Amino acid sequence: MTAKFSRREFLQYGSVAGLALAGASGFAGNLTRALAQQKLTQDDLLKFDSKGQVTLLHFTDVHAQLKPVYFRPPDTNIGVGAFEGIPPHLVGEAFLDYFGLQAGSPYAYAHTMVDYVNLARSYGKLGGLDRTATLVKAIRAERGDDKVLFLDGGDTWQGSYTSLKTNGQDMVDCMKLLKPDAMVGHWEFTFGAERVLELVDEMGYAFLASNIVDTNWEEPVFDSTAMFERGGVKVAVIGQAMPYTPIANPRWMFPEWSFGIRPEVLQANVDKAREDGAEVVVLLSHDGFDVDQKLATVVSGIDVILTGHTHDSIPRAIEIGNTLLLSSGSHGKYLGRIDLEVSGGKVTGYSSNMIPVFSDVITPDAEMAAKIAEVRAPYEDECNRVIGTTESLLYRRGNFNGTWDDIICQGLIEERDAEISLSPGFRWGTTLLPGQDITIDDLYAQTSMNYPNAYRLEFTGQQLKDILEDVCDNLFNKDPFYQQGGDMVRVGGMSYTCAPKEDIGNRISDMTLISSGEKIEAEKKYVVAGWASVNEGTEGPPIYELMENYITRKKVLTAPEEGTVKISGY
Amino acid sequence: MNMNRRQAMAMSAGAVVFAATGLATTGALASAEDVDKAMMELAGGKMPEAGKVSLTAPEIAENGNTVPISVEVDSAMADGDMVESITIYADGNPNPDVVTFHFTALSGTAMAATRMRLAKTQNVVAVAKMADGSTFVDKKEVKVTIGGCGG
Repeated sequence: MTAKFSRREFLQYGSVAGLALAGASGFAGNLTRALAQQKLTQDDLLKFDSKGQVTLLHFTDVHAQLKPVYFRPPDTNIGVGAFEGIPPHLVGEAFLDYFGLQAGSPYAYAHTMVDYVNLARSYGKLGGLDRTATLVKAIRAERGDDKVLFLDGGDTWQGSYTSLKTNGQDMVDCMKLLKPDAMVGHWEFTFGAERVLELVDEMGYAFLASNIVDTNWEEPVFDSTAMFERGGVKVAVIGQAMPYTPIANPRWMFPEWSFGIRPEVLQANVDKAREDGAEVVVLLSHDGFDVDQKLATVVSGIDVILTGHTHDSIPRAIEIGNTLLLSSGSHGKYLGRIDLEVSGGKVTGYSSNMIPVFSDVITPDAEMAAKIAEVRAPYEDECNRVIGTTESLLYRRGNFNGTWDDIICQGLIEERDAEISLSPGFRWGTTLLPGQDITIDDLYAQTSMNYPNAYRLEFTGQQLKDILEDVCDNLFNKDPFYQQGGDMVRVGGMSYTCAPKEDIGNRISDMTLISSGEKIEAEKKYVVAGWASVNEGTEGPPIYELMENYITRKKVLTAPEEGTVKISGY
Repeated sequence: MNMNRRQAMAMSAGAVVFAATGLATTGALASAEDVDKAMMELAGGKMPEAGKVSLTAPEIAENGNTVPISVEVDSAMADGDMVESITIYADGNPNPDVVTFHFTALSGTAMAATRMRLAKTQNVVAVAKMADGSTFVDKKEVKVTIGGCGG
């Protein structure tokens, strides 16, 4: 495989970045003017060093966002062990430096939170499935249908008001128009096994999972592999579902399916694909970035890993040994592209790009726009109903509490009369800029799910500590195969110190009840409210109804200035 | 995760939020030293070497009450290259001895699979004893987690 990042790619890259501003450094006032003067075009976004016989297009973790969104990239994304200080554990300026991006450029706005609010106001929203459709169609036209594989990395069906109301039907109806060649799953399974099989049956393309077996006989539930011929090259696509779906999500929703990373099964499937004549082996994965970085080193024979789940975006593919890895972000913000040159049954060259889907620049595809309008029509008025406004920037993504989580944690405490609240460390959930209205669409982008009940229970201090330690180890275990891919559970009413580099049992300290300033006592009981319990039969109002009441009552939301988590030793 | 009996009961009543994938007991649990001792005994006074045997187990248990594991030894199962037995240990269970599989030439391959209960996060250890008396070991940590906050 060829060089890291060729001079030519770099220049091409620079030319896109250079559109932003000449010599400015993210200074807000000048920047807005500079941006107003610039002309970023659809053609600029599509510019690509086309290569070889095969084009892979990767789209992942859209979380049912049919319309363009704001999505602020994280300010905290800590890597531990061998993964410290390398992608995807780079944020802000470090990310810009590593990838050679200019502050204030379109790519800088797409991938980092540097000067986020100002750039968001200038560049606008990203995503929208009608814009993605335009890009996919343009690339298929440029390359020819017979050279392009379009692959959906999953977490497609869940995450909006309309996906909840239609049980994922809205997403399947829209995605069908894009004609993906294959997809994998994670949150899809939270619609229940029966619904998954029903939608898979009707969608008309492969749903792959090398790592799902039935719990009785350990036999495969889905096809592991789909074979394609593109540009005269035999390409095998192998799928990986999110390995820890039955642990991170309710197992009772798909009780007969067992997951796991299963590297030995994957190796066997790769070998089988090669035996069957595959010249290129692609892993379409919902493992998460670090799991796949490790997998690339323990499974041999994979040419390309298209990874999702952890919502990391990188502007181009990275090389791990002989394997290319591309991670195409989330919420419809990006379309990942890799072109492969294949000769003698081997990948001999490539080029790659992460195309940011600038919604104001890309002409919506008419067919998809009409379909989106059609699936939303019965719900449009409700989706657009305004329930409040925000004075603060509201976002979720990051290892610890985002401001949206702070609002939800406060809502839980007030609406359920609790001392402490817990909110899951999901990586999905869009962003609102200061001054924006909050609509039902926005609320459900944070809370849409099939196990939404907001419980109220008593936990001892020790139980709280155990929960925090356990979730923290899912995030910061030095071996990525033990990471589940979510962020830290969000906490309200209590502050604590977290030491990511320690081991389980020693990361969490200084737990303090904010209302009294007193240290949490191991034996003492505390009233705790939370949501998204994986246990069947959890009681309480759905989180989206609870939060609608809270936001309606508050009218104007303001996020707290200070966080509740102190990081130590990092 | 530490969980006393009362918490465990609350969990089984479905009153709680975080599903435990395993249930701890109040009794004493084994330790890595107990397993080392048992292995030394099996191996005739020395520690088994790494290699030949490979243990497959999930990194994180989906259900600590029934964790599927499988074990295989790279062996011709003929003449001088015969596996006599494979013994499985769990170093954090009340009783560290899980099972011993015995093989003969008629077994064809030295491979076995079973399910086991794990009280907490711990190492599962597989020791293969060859007909010539040599022993080999493989080990894997299986995490038993509270779960439920990822995604």
